[in-house]
Amino acid sequence: MSINSKAKLAENILELDKLEQAPTRNGYGEGVVEAGERNKNVVVLCADLTESTRSEGFAKKFPERFIEIGVAEQNMASVASGLNAMGKIPFISSYAMFSPGRNWEQIRTTICYNERHVVIAGAHAGVSVGPDGATHQAIEDIAITRVIANMTVIVPCDAIEARKATAAAAEFAGPVYLRFAREKTPVFTTAETPFTIGQAEIFYEPDKKPDVAIVACGPLVHNALLAAAELEKEGTAVRVINNHTVKPLDEKTILKAAKDAGCLVTVEEHQINGGMGSAVAEVIARNHPVPIEFVGVANRFGESGEPQELIKHFGMAPEHIVAAARRAIQRKG
Amino acid sequence: MPHLHDDTIKELEEKANQIRESLVDELVTAGSGHSAGPLGMADIFTLLYFHVLNHDPRNPDWPDRDRLVLSNGHICPVQYATMAHAGYFPVKELKTLRKFGTRLQGHPHRTSLPGIETTSGPLGSGLSQAIGMAIAALMDDRKNYIYCLMSDAEHQAGQTWEAAMLAGKHKLWNLIAIMDRNNIQIDGFTENVMPLEPLRAKYEAFNWRVIDANGHDFAEMHSAIEEAKAVYEKPTMILAHTIPGKGVSYMERKFEWHGKPPKPDEAKAALAELRTLGGKIKSEHE
Repeated sequence: MSINSKAKLAENILELDKLEQAPTRNGYGEGVVEAGERNKNVVVLCADLTESTRSEGFAKKFPERFIEIGVAEQNMASVASGLNAMGKIPFISSYAMFSPGRNWEQIRTTICYNERHVVIAGAHAGVSVGPDGATHQAIEDIAITRVIANMTVIVPCDAIEARKATAAAAEFAGPVYLRFAREKTPVFTTAETPFTIGQAEIFYEPDKKPDVAIVACGPLVHNALLAAAELEKEGTAVRVINNHTVKPLDEKTILKAAKDAGCLVTVEEHQINGGMGSAVAEVIARNHPVPIEFVGVANRFGESGEPQELIKHFGMAPEHIVAAARRAIQRKG
Repeated sequence: MPHLHDDTIKELEEKANQIRESLVDELVTAGSGHSAGPLGMADIFTLLYFHVLNHDPRNPDWPDRDRLVLSNGHICPVQYATMAHAGYFPVKELKTLRKFGTRLQGHPHRTSLPGIETTSGPLGSGLSQAIGMAIAALMDDRKNYIYCLMSDAEHQAGQTWEAAMLAGKHKLWNLIAIMDRNNIQIDGFTENVMPLEPLRAKYEAFNWRVIDANGHDFAEMHSAIEEAKAVYEKPTMILAHTIPGKGVSYMERKFEWHGKPPKPDEAKAALAELRTLGGKIKSEHE
């Protein structure tokens, strides 16, 4: 097992039954309270989803700094812009499908073009939302946020990283999109795992030259680690990168991986079109073209089902990542 | 309630006329942009920048200033002209409107020009931003007023009503919205395109105070704003009844002039009218 000791990950991270499980949205809930304690200008807005977006802790602790907007995400985005104009640091919470989904133009014009420090916290992203079905499964949100100038896009891999990303977003200058998931997923990083916005982390590193590098974001980073361990058993050397910041992309780490491994696999719970993999491909195509295989949703809508069932159905389980890695290696020729 | 002195009214009328002249110059040089709305709002902008707003053109970031949010950013030529006359930047810079490299973007961009409180243009999002400012001001116990200038037709956008609902809920007494009720929009008269009335009843139903005023009568507009400041239970909407194209007779009440500038010869006629009448606006009060 080639887990990178510098990443200071949890013990037994490949043994699912031994790992704590928590949804990344819980990390948001803790992080936003932490940010509120540190800075009295932090305010939280929510669009009738206070409990499920995990804004509840903040609302209870700082009721005078919590604003319930009702089911009005467009209004919420622009109100947040106005709050920041007066020195507040607003976090706006809803499901990713509605924010940044429904209120995209308000985010683009009144927050990003207007250079406002507003944090957009999109919960329930990905097909792992499960039974609610495709209407509530945002799988386009990375694409529509990363395309906006001035925007920073972060996809935390577990609840601990989500807490760190949330607290860091409060200290940041400029608009930030934070992507969270509904379903419980393995908590495999620790308080000591490094996290800096814009800096990808190597979680898995072979002691020889890698045959393939897997660049993943969100809770699927864990599936990438499981895939790496599986590939290692066959004698394939794998590097796994937790690429939590989709924008600005850590080009140095990505390019080094392409040079070291000669091929890449990208993994995200998002449309392949326009997502994190596309961001990686843009950098690779410009600087150091190598074969890339993309694991994600292939131009389809989600559907109802159990989260793990859907991850499998849409081709994002560890076995799919293993297969993609084999294809990428084969294409190196 | 303090009333405007006759001399003050006269000064404001003269200032508004100068601003209209600059506006026509500005539009004809730009070769594109909106005419009717800016001319119709020249009196209200003059009243705000030269009498009502607590602001300092030499210190546009002064934290205690009143905030003016222009939601219908497309009428920015009148804001630019008024700001130039108020001393935010040289009047001659108005000639750069909409040109490459200008601080006077086709729709206002906050970080391009000091004194612009927010980037705007896409209709329906200004009231929300003004509300965010008003809520923040109340949270911090600040005394400044937040003014939001809006068009009538942007009340066809759903976000405006989302915002109106929130302002009513929070009883934002420090928020004063002024609607340019000029009855026109790009495709025609508002009541034909998509009827807005009854606007007073709609805003009252959203728990706002509503005041009707003649948008070209400085005394009436001023007393409407004073009345709005005296209301501590609710936000106020001033329905400012204006004549689109006001001051240039061939543009008045014509929706055809909503979204285009005058050509050079048309501008000449407009300027002659504004100057020789000395102007028409003033004569109404004499």
